[in-house]
This record gives sequence, structure tokens and C-alpha cells, in this order.
Amino acid sequence: MGILSKKDAALILDPLADNNPITIQVLGICSALAITAELEASIVMAVSVLFVMGMGNVVISLMRNIIPSKIRIIVQLVVVATLVIVVDQVLKAFAYELSKTLSVFVGLIITNCIIMGRFEAFALANGPKRSFLDGIGNAAGYGFILVVIGFFRELLGSGTLLGIKVLGDPIEKTGLYAFGYENNGFMLLSPMALIVVGLIIWVQRSRNPALIEEN
Amino acid sequence: MLEHIELFFKSIFIDNMVFATFLGMCSYLAVSKKVTTAVGLGAAVIFVLAVTVPMNWLLDQYLLRDGALAWLGPEYADYNLSFLSFILFIATIATMVQLVEIVVEKFSPSLYNSLGIFLPLIAVNCAILGGSLFMQSRDIQTLGLAFNYGLSSGIGWFLAILAIAAIREKIRYSNVPAPLRGLGITFIITGLMAIGFMSFGGMLTGGDEAVPQEEVVAVVPTQEVSGLTADAAQQDLSQNENETVQEDSPATDNQINE
Repeated sequence: MGILSKKDAALILDPLADNNPITIQVLGICSALAITAELEASIVMAVSVLFVMGMGNVVISLMRNIIPSKIRIIVQLVVVATLVIVVDQVLKAFAYELSKTLSVFVGLIITNCIIMGRFEAFALANGPKRSFLDGIGNAAGYGFILVVIGFFRELLGSGTLLGIKVLGDPIEKTGLYAFGYENNGFMLLSPMALIVVGLIIWVQRSRNPALIEEN
Repeated sequence: MLEHIELFFKSIFIDNMVFATFLGMCSYLAVSKKVTTAVGLGAAVIFVLAVTVPMNWLLDQYLLRDGALAWLGPEYADYNLSFLSFILFIATIATMVQLVEIVVEKFSPSLYNSLGIFLPLIAVNCAILGGSLFMQSRDIQTLGLAFNYGLSSGIGWFLAILAIAAIREKIRYSNVPAPLRGLGITFIITGLMAIGFMSFGGMLTGGDEAVPQEEVVAVVPTQEVSGLTADAAQQDLSQNENETVQEDSPATDNQINE
């Protein structure tokens, strides 16, 4: 971290753990749950949000002195929507199958509360460099949780990772399946995403009791 | 009429915004601590969805989709502006929310006081944009159906937030493990409720409708079957071919020998 001062490094590292957007700030849940049945989709979503947040935070931070505060929400929405259109077109051009899987959830990055939340809380009050770091940090914290959920759901649900059969072949009964292991198809259904997030929160808060909420 | 009723119940129970597609989770989790505030937000969501989905349906139909500009004249018939839908939909939603806020404040101060604080929140609620995007991707046919879809998805969201708020009010008196308190247990309860709502899935396909659906599946198995089953089907085919070849070849050999 030679280039970054301690304060700047904290901007990136904090959201990865103790100030995580999903498990602590409760932002951006919708997409985290809906597209995590496969690891690949989770990774693409994480990268897309990383791009939109990093760029968006810089743009908003550069314009922060000329945006009238009354219409700032619309300005923010337009900036995000433009960036999301770029992401959507790139996905459609280079990864068409994947963009079909993600369907409307690429568009829903626009209303992902993390992005609006960080614009309001950080980019409107800080310079472009620090805003960029904050955006990258929060998107990375979001992406980290997404990849963890996607990892467990794909591994336990279909026995694959990124489409590679890591646990053996369920039809020819090789690997773990030779010992009578079965895929838990329930992990692929949407309700399990919520329960996996609940369990992640449980693990995180029992490791760090300071995060426990009052009832 | 029948399709209206079907869409209505389908959007409330089977495709419930919260339990099936996880839309609007942020405000669902943040504003569900008390039943009264949950009711306020839920009502505002119903209202805004019922207004914005038909608006965006008109935009999609007459401005955005492939060939939608044909009403301007034949030379415009080739335009496809659907890449602009995100920005136009969100602009419509944001302006409608502002407009609704102003109108409600002017004509019904009591409603404004109960909805007021939630209206600006709604512009960035993914349930609203999600409603419009699903309306577009599911290809809803008429303006009436679009209104119906907006209204009934709103009602579904309202029911979900009402239920979770009531449960959270009660769970305050229970002995939840400390690390799960608050957010964690809410996630897990929502997951369990979603499992419950999955049982509505058979509501429209059960009974008489099951027969035609099976026929459809039987007609197009090779084209659109995804992943494993397609592979398995192909393997079966190739095995069959191998067998027939093997059966044929000795026969031909025999013939040649004879």
C-alpha cells in the first residue's frame, strides 16, 4: 500500500469486513439474492457493480459542486443509468448467454441501493480520488459476499464450480457420488439465498460481537 | 377477463416481488420494524407501481421497442431504441414520484402525511423499476393488463412487508441467538416465508391446465431444453445411433460374405 495513505487504504478495506454493504449496511440485497445460483453469474455481477460504482462515484464527485441539491436524485439516477446501459450493451455483445441469465437484474443495478447510498453518503462530499477508492471498496465488499453465496449455492446445489464438475459426475456416479452423495437441489431455489445470507451474518457477528444488534 | 384474474393472482402469490424475485428488499428490510410504517410504505408502493407500469408500457409500446416508431411514418419503422429503456424508465419513475408527491400534498394533506416521507424513498426502490422491466421482458400485451400487473405486484409487495413487520413485532419477545438478532433472523424468516410461498406455484398449473402444458413440453424438447437434460438427450441419441450402426454392420458383413 505504498501509494495509498492509511486513511485511503481504510476506505477500501473497511467495506470488505466490518462495514460490509450487504451484511452490515443492508444495502443492495436484491441482486445479491437473485442471481447467485451460479458462481459465474455472481462474478459477472460483482465486476459490473465494481465498474458502475467506481466510475459513478468519480463522475458524481466531479460534479458535486454544480448539482443543485433539490434535483440530485434525478442527476444521480441518470449517471448510473448511463453507466448501466454501457455494461448491458457490453454484456449483450460479448456474453449473450450470460446476459440472458442475468435478465432484468443488470438493469436493476440502477436501483441498487449501495450505489445511491454511497453517492449520497460519500461522493457528494469528497474529492474524486477518495470517492473512487470508496466506490471500489464498497463494490468489492459487495462482490465478495456475492461470490461467497454463489460458491456455496453452486457447489452444494449442482456440484459444480463455474460449470466444472468438481465433485464428480452425478450420472456416472464418480467422485463423491460413488459414496451415495446427492446434490441438494434446494440450494438452487431462491429461498435458500436468503438463508445463506442469514448464516453468513450469523458467522460474521459471532466472530465480532461488537456488531450484534439490539433487539 | 380470465387472463386478468389469472395475472392478478399470479403476480400476488406466485411471482411475488419479494419472495420470488427479491425486489425491493432494501426497503423491505429497513422499514419493516413496525406495522404502521410498513403499511404506509406498502400503500405507496402499490400506488406508484400502478401508475408507473402503465406509463412505461406506453413508452415501451410507442417509443422504445423494435419498430415502435412506425406510427411516425414508414421511414421510422426500422428504429429499435430499446437500449434506452433503462434511462427512460428510471426518468419516468423519478418524475412520476415527484409529481405524485406534489399532487398528493396539494389535494390530500392527510394522505401526504402518512405517505409523505416514503415517497422519495420509492424512486430508488428496485421493486418499482423491476416492475417496469419485468413488464417489458414478459411482453405484457395490453394497457389494461399492464395496469393490472403493476397493481397486483404492488399488492403482493404490500402483503409481504405487512407479514414480516408483524412477525418482527412479535419476535422482539423471543430469545433469538445474539448474533442473529435483527438482520440475521429477518433474513432467515423471509427465506422460510419464501419456501411457504413456493407452494402457491401449483395454483395456476394444477388441474385442467396441466394437460396442455405437458403437450408443449413434449413438442419442443430438443430445441430449448437446457444444460444437463439436453446433454443427456444427445447422449441417448448418439448411443442409439451407435447401436443401430453396430446392428447394421454385421448384417451387411454377412450379406457381403454370402
